[in-house]
Amino acid sequence: MAALYEGYTLCGLVPTQDLSNSCIRGIEQERDSDHVLVTDSTRSVTLYKVSDQKPLGSWTVKQGQTLTCSAVFNSQTKEYVAVSDNKMIRIWKEEDILLDKAFKATVSSDIWRVQSVNGGEPVVLFQRGAVRLLDSLLSAPQQPIEEVLAQEEAIRWSTNIVAETQQFVIFTTEQKGDNFLYLQGLNPNTLQRYRLEGEEPGLIPLSFSASYRDKHICLLYLYPNGHVYQSVVPVRGLGTEEGTHALPLPRSLQMALPVGEGLLEAATALVLDEAHVAVVGVPHPSAGAGKDFLCIWNTNFQTLQAGKEMAGKIYGQLWCYSNKLFIPHGKTLSVIPFVCPKSSLASALGKLRQAKTEGELKEFHILLMMTTHVDLMLLSTQRSNRKTQSTPCLTTDQVLEFIKTAPVEDVQKEVEGLLSRSDMQDSQPSVGQLVSILVSRSLSDPAFYTPSTLAQLVQTQCLCHSVCPDFVLLALERKDYFLCQLCLQFFPDIPEAVTCACLKAFISGGDNCPVGLHKAVLLCLIVLTSFSSIQLFLQYLQFLYLKYSQDAFPQTHGLRSPSLAQIMDWVCLVLDAHFTVLVMTPEAKGLLLNLHNYVKSQVRLVSELGKIESSLQALHQMKVKKDVGQYSIEVIELF
Amino acid sequence: MGEFTVHRVRFFDYMPSAIRAMAFNPRTERLAVARADGAVEIFNFADNYFQEKVIPGRDGGTVEALCWVGPRLFGAGLNGAITEYDLENLRPRYSVEAYGGPIWTVSGDSAGTMLAVGCEDGTVKMFEILDETIRFQRNLERQKGRIISLSWHPSGALIAAGMIDMIRIFDAETGRATHRLLVERGAGASKSREVVVWSVVFLSDHTIVSGDSAGKVQFWDGHTGTLVRTHLVTKWDVLALAVSQDESSVVAGTSESIVVQFQFISSTVGRQDNEWVRTRTFKNHSHDVRALVHTETAVVSGGMDTQLVVRPLLDKVEKNTQESSLRKIAFPHRSLVCCAKKAGLLLFQFPEHLELWRLGESEGHGRAGDSLPVKRKPEKLIHLKRKGDDHIRCSAVSPCGGWLVYATVSGVRLYRIQHDNNNIGVTKVSKLPKSLCSAHQLCFSSDSSKLFAASGLSSVVVVALDPLECKHLHTLRPKSGSRQPVHLLCVSDDGKWLASANTDCEVHVYNLKKMKLHCKVPVYSSCPTAIGINPVTSNLVTVHADQQVFEFSLQQKEYTEWSRRLQQRGLHPVWLQRDTPVAHITFNPRNPAHIVLHDVFMLCIIDQSLPLPEARTPLLNQMMLRSLPEAERSRQSHAFKICKSFQHLLSMTLLDDQSLVAVERPLLDIVSQLPAPVRQKKFAT
Repeated sequence: MAALYEGYTLCGLVPTQDLSNSCIRGIEQERDSDHVLVTDSTRSVTLYKVSDQKPLGSWTVKQGQTLTCSAVFNSQTKEYVAVSDNKMIRIWKEEDILLDKAFKATVSSDIWRVQSVNGGEPVVLFQRGAVRLLDSLLSAPQQPIEEVLAQEEAIRWSTNIVAETQQFVIFTTEQKGDNFLYLQGLNPNTLQRYRLEGEEPGLIPLSFSASYRDKHICLLYLYPNGHVYQSVVPVRGLGTEEGTHALPLPRSLQMALPVGEGLLEAATALVLDEAHVAVVGVPHPSAGAGKDFLCIWNTNFQTLQAGKEMAGKIYGQLWCYSNKLFIPHGKTLSVIPFVCPKSSLASALGKLRQAKTEGELKEFHILLMMTTHVDLMLLSTQRSNRKTQSTPCLTTDQVLEFIKTAPVEDVQKEVEGLLSRSDMQDSQPSVGQLVSILVSRSLSDPAFYTPSTLAQLVQTQCLCHSVCPDFVLLALERKDYFLCQLCLQFFPDIPEAVTCACLKAFISGGDNCPVGLHKAVLLCLIVLTSFSSIQLFLQYLQFLYLKYSQDAFPQTHGLRSPSLAQIMDWVCLVLDAHFTVLVMTPEAKGLLLNLHNYVKSQVRLVSELGKIESSLQALHQMKVKKDVGQYSIEVIELF
Repeated sequence: MGEFTVHRVRFFDYMPSAIRAMAFNPRTERLAVARADGAVEIFNFADNYFQEKVIPGRDGGTVEALCWVGPRLFGAGLNGAITEYDLENLRPRYSVEAYGGPIWTVSGDSAGTMLAVGCEDGTVKMFEILDETIRFQRNLERQKGRIISLSWHPSGALIAAGMIDMIRIFDAETGRATHRLLVERGAGASKSREVVVWSVVFLSDHTIVSGDSAGKVQFWDGHTGTLVRTHLVTKWDVLALAVSQDESSVVAGTSESIVVQFQFISSTVGRQDNEWVRTRTFKNHSHDVRALVHTETAVVSGGMDTQLVVRPLLDKVEKNTQESSLRKIAFPHRSLVCCAKKAGLLLFQFPEHLELWRLGESEGHGRAGDSLPVKRKPEKLIHLKRKGDDHIRCSAVSPCGGWLVYATVSGVRLYRIQHDNNNIGVTKVSKLPKSLCSAHQLCFSSDSSKLFAASGLSSVVVVALDPLECKHLHTLRPKSGSRQPVHLLCVSDDGKWLASANTDCEVHVYNLKKMKLHCKVPVYSSCPTAIGINPVTSNLVTVHADQQVFEFSLQQKEYTEWSRRLQQRGLHPVWLQRDTPVAHITFNPRNPAHIVLHDVFMLCIIDQSLPLPEARTPLLNQMMLRSLPEAERSRQSHAFKICKSFQHLLSMTLLDDQSLVAVERPLLDIVSQLPAPVRQKKFAT
């Protein structure tokens, strides 16, 4: 369950004449998660150390000048970048005291914002939609800037995201009530324009929030009617032509927040992680009117996870940097730490296998490699001792070196040879090393793959998932379901994420649905091992059950196929444990309804059967009357 | 006792016809039943409901209404004619055209002098009943719309007529309509749907009871023409009404297959203000109840499901007696099947045609309870359509299978059948003696050389069969002078004796060598239902409608010792309680002590050598005997060997090869061929 902790004040706010706006233009992360750069709406930029609630430095432009976008920190040059009066770029360092004496450059077109992400070069976004890298712009500040946007089209919001290695500038625009999303990729330059689906007429999004996960950019936006939508854009395959043609942007309703009477005026929904959204400016569903809250909602289950009343006026502004929310309210800018632990079926069942964090796993892996190395050294010395009287064959080390480069056939031959040596069978570390090398080579070289060798290695039962975390993924990537099956069967510690990936792959696999024999075997394996996605799991269980109850399931004879009772037990277990959660998950609604209808019909059937139970029993006792048909010749005997 | 091979035949597609109308003569206790195919049957309620007479129907001769006037029976139908039936010769006596279009109803006055018929053209026509015929007298005031039902007031002065949407009361003297009773259309049903008054009953106190197509039974005051009371009894039609003789009870039959009783009683105990109260509901049918009769002790109903149901009113009969049990008469009381014993052929009689089948053959032997593999399937050899409009009354096939004969009301047709390997030749014998003009019963001698035909005045015509010429040999006449028809004929296997039984309960035995009457068996009060002559002992065995069994020695002309013993001991109560008559008697030539007989629900072999059953020992003891060891078995067994493996038996014959032929017609097969009822109550709904 997500939680909001006790907050603290970072700084006071100087009220502007216009009471509807806070005086903060923006907050950007500085060198690390504990430093932020706060730009106010007029002239000054202040650097704070958050944990100390203390300003470290402050810079102001001359009277009469205004900072028109929030200052950013260029982590590459350790410089700050800001724009004053739309056209003047200012760059300074922490030691600079007077901003006026620092570097200035005037550009030919109005700038919307300078954006910077950690590790990336700052990017300048012009008000008419053009994008330049800061360096290239400064090399010729007066260079002509093209107009990307149409007339009457204006930028409403923008951000930067680094997806894999490419930097993206994302901004939304409004044109006569229509909203568009621009995805500007840099190096190489790509631009894609999407049209947002219209909400009720007259409603335009109040806030946007973008995040990157699973090779997709997720855009979350909030409308004044409380509807929160999510649109997902794949990063790959973006069109390169700078078309003005706008693709429709599919959206899905994530939540419909209670807005009370009327529409929201100033509100923000900010993505925290896959399942959590921080919302400010939306009334708390159970608190009275006139109170302002900061809330964390779970989008999966549509539950309010945490709420905190904020004293004073809320301006609908919210920033989040590393588990801290920055929120201006009343006359203060508060910092509120929060946590959003992952909610999972396994954790609820107490079956969480991924107890170790990734880091720990890595350490474990390294440790393992080190011991392996020692073992191998020992082995090789033994082997070299023995080598004199045995046939010339490669030592383990030599093999390890050999398989990094040798062709597939030779690798197979050598590894088989190595495995056939009796002492090798129980030398777990060397097997692990072998596998690691083979897997990493296979991953980097698409032409290299040794399925039989890998299968053989798995069957030594010396391996586990921790030794070679990429093993199963490799098998999946190569669609080697047999190997997957072996892994699921022999690896004692496959994490849920991987199991799920297997399950997904199996379900969405190529052969015809419902399932072919082969796939069904794989799915049964999954059922027997572990699970994560409740819904998918339930769906599969239901499918299995229907399959069983419909006809003779050909796999029932297999050794590793679940029994009908097992399936029912699982369904009951999962439903019992997660009923409340499932009830609130919109995606599970159909499934639950299905199950409910099914159970209802079964209950009715059973009760109807109950009514005629005695009749059925009478049938049992009844003598089977022969059907004599139209004609028969019978023998009777009279006594 | 022994094993028998039984040919179990179920391919006789006998389909009884629906009951259309009924009339009960309380004086003679005869019930006349008209069926949809025009046949009229007479049941004797004084003699165990025995179906003593059947007048076959004819094409286009549907009977809508029946009416007894004294001992005379009248019928009328949609062909527009009134028919009086000749109950001695079992044929229509004459028909008089009413000239009013189809006739829906016939009603006679209580004096027995007038017959009123309701016609399609809206007239009620009055016919005077004369000794030999009826004569049109006049029309009552003509109405718009057909006359569906009629009822005389017992005084004979008024007639109530059920029509469409109304009831009219006529003055029988003047012919004027005196009242018009408007019958309201069904509640909830479409207002435009007219109401048909299917039935009216005029009571002595001038109450008129009506049953209509809106499902109402209504009681009217005939003096004022006002409605007294309405009972909604069904969603569908009330098709028939009947009143008891004392007018204290009325029953209504509906198309919902139920019968509802109303009684004229006080609704509160001790008060005298009687009113018509709905009392009982009987459900004994599966389809529409078209015809109803209220006897003194029972409600008799019939309809689409073809069964005649006698439902005793338990307040009118003594409990746990023969009279108090419900009776359903589903099958005719005489055989429609004739078996050629020597040739192994079966002749099935339908109203429209005859079917001749050859039985199948099996190979090998089996033990009791086995079904033997059928080597050759039964085969239909001949499908013979009758000629003319009259339905077939009786038929026979000769034991050798070489002759086939059938009779209708209007004539007799004889055919020569030649079996030439696999080819069957059927030749009609063109020249028949003039004396062979009609027949109530037909049978062949066991050597197939003679044909016997029961004719008028209980006489029997003997015809010599010859492929070249069939000659009249003799006409055997009884001395009693009975005018009743012969319904049973049988010849002894040695060709010496011929026995005939008529519905006067007389059994005559003729000596065929001398061609004269040998003797007359003492008349028993109950009608014989089956007779047979033992081929070895020449004893005549008769079984009667009251289930009594007699054995009469033809040599001694007296009842045999066994028969006397049986009468002294009395038949077993279970035997007497059976409610279907014994339909056929045969003998086993290899064991003369065995009498083989059957009714609809059992096959019985009476072993005269065994002791008769005591009243307190079980009559049905085959299961018990089966479980006993051999020695014990003989001590426990008695003369009546009853086998109930065969149900709905229409015929049971012993072939010359000692195998039995059982022809069954399962009731379910009949029911499955009936049209769907209007509403069937499903279990648990």
